[in-house]
Amino acid sequence: MQEPRILMAGDSALTVEFGNEISEEINGKVLALGRALRQSGLKGITETIPTYRSLLICYDPCVIRYSSLKRKVSRLANHLGSAASGAGRIVEIPVCYGGEFGEDLPDVAAHAGMAEDDVVRIHSSKNYLIYMLGFLPGFAYLGGMDPRIATPRLKTPRVKIPAGSVAIGGEQTGIYPIASPGGWRLIGSTPVKPYDPNREDPILYRAGDRIRFVPVPREEYLRIHSLSEKGEYQCVVREGGSSDGD
Amino acid sequence: MGIEMIKPGLLTTVQDFGRTGYQKLGISPSGALDRKAMILANLLVANSAGEAVLEITMMGPELRFTADNFVAVTGGDLSPVLNGAPMPRYAAIPVKDGDVLSFGPAKSGCRAYLAFAGGLKLPVVMGSKSTNLKCGFGGYGGRKLQAGDAIAFSSPKKELPFFPLRTLEAPSFGGETILRVILGPQEDAFTEEGVRTFFEETYQVTPRFDRMGCALDGPVVECRDKADIISDGIPAGAVQIPSSGKPIIMLADRQTTGGYTKIGTVASVDLSLLAQCRPGDSVRFQRISVGEAQKLLRKETKKLSKLNRYLNE
Repeated sequence: MQEPRILMAGDSALTVEFGNEISEEINGKVLALGRALRQSGLKGITETIPTYRSLLICYDPCVIRYSSLKRKVSRLANHLGSAASGAGRIVEIPVCYGGEFGEDLPDVAAHAGMAEDDVVRIHSSKNYLIYMLGFLPGFAYLGGMDPRIATPRLKTPRVKIPAGSVAIGGEQTGIYPIASPGGWRLIGSTPVKPYDPNREDPILYRAGDRIRFVPVPREEYLRIHSLSEKGEYQCVVREGGSSDGD
Repeated sequence: MGIEMIKPGLLTTVQDFGRTGYQKLGISPSGALDRKAMILANLLVANSAGEAVLEITMMGPELRFTADNFVAVTGGDLSPVLNGAPMPRYAAIPVKDGDVLSFGPAKSGCRAYLAFAGGLKLPVVMGSKSTNLKCGFGGYGGRKLQAGDAIAFSSPKKELPFFPLRTLEAPSFGGETILRVILGPQEDAFTEEGVRTFFEETYQVTPRFDRMGCALDGPVVECRDKADIISDGIPAGAVQIPSSGKPIIMLADRQTTGGYTKIGTVASVDLSLLAQCRPGDSVRFQRISVGEAQKLLRKETKKLSKLNRYLNE
């Protein structure tokens, strides 16, 4: 792996770049640097934004100057332990697949040349790594979808995809945390709210966690949905995990 | 009580310093675009620098006060009028229950800030009262203000200490704006010619200028290859160059991550100047080192805290 590069991002931020590809190893380094920074107790850092292959470190130049921060960050970045994959949690997201909840499931199944149940089985049999959050509040960029269920985006994007939709776009899969326009194929819907600005923890998961989609029938969807509306539903969260099944 | 909106104006929102620590979750920081003007408005009425204010865009609102208090208007000159008479800007002004504040033509600048002594009674969401328009939370109901909206004062003041001192010289806006830019993080993605174009040519602010970003028009900044980058974090003031070759400067409501190459980042102290530009205005970029930009920011911060001590301690 290449040496981490420290890039200038203005007078109040810098970027530490670990490579130029999307891989779990590189992303693991990004998250490890974020943890190392938190543990270092370095003063003046206001927030960090982890992405696929780099960490944006925002800081207050009235507290720490670029040259000093660069030196300290560079030392940390060059002495990270082996990328701690499996350090994140596994967050179980219940999903009601197909029917009114995922109207494009038949198209995805047809494109993959398999039964709808098989698409659901494949989609829900993996722990997907969250490489980063961005684009929308709580929108998770997930890695590792089985290419057999990859489906091209819609030719004409929908004007509004409802919040909670679980969808496939090309080789990617994800959850829409808020209603948004989009061209991904809707295969299901979750009754939980990945994003709720009024919740103590507004987003259910972090970069470095893994998401496991758990199929639930309609009645269970409705039960969880009503609990969720009252703020009384807690997603199952397990510590540690890899991208393979159980 | 506090204020009641009679007419909302073009885009009037509640803003403060914005949110810190939520960008890793994909949540934009929000906050006042002209932070300096917001801070000055607050200091004039004896508030802490980051108390929530109204950010008023181009066409100002008309509002009625429903309690006595002190207010200050800073930023662009949008012709504030109190009970039919021109109201001084950059000064603490007493207002009475029933007074009406309105705005006339935008004489200079683009955004005005209206601060209220003691602040506005609004919920704090994720550590801030700022309105996040895209996600619809914060501020007043997560949206821009509309006619009929009423916001109470938190703790209105009957008097302000050192009242005669509470007036400042108003800056003037307009003409060509020079924005100082620190090169990077993806300056390598551009040809030497492209970087030269960026720093030597003049750009125009387009109507695509909102709280998310400011799109410019002008000569194409040439890149080495057309490829976008793997999405990374976007700092405030980042200058993205999409495939059109025309710069877009990312502001408070920006998306937190993106895949366009960023040639540079506008110095923090110059973001306030950009906030006062209007569509059609000319902008030039000037290269600055990170050390120099940080020195300017420290100097400005020091100056503002000195003013705070002078007025409010």
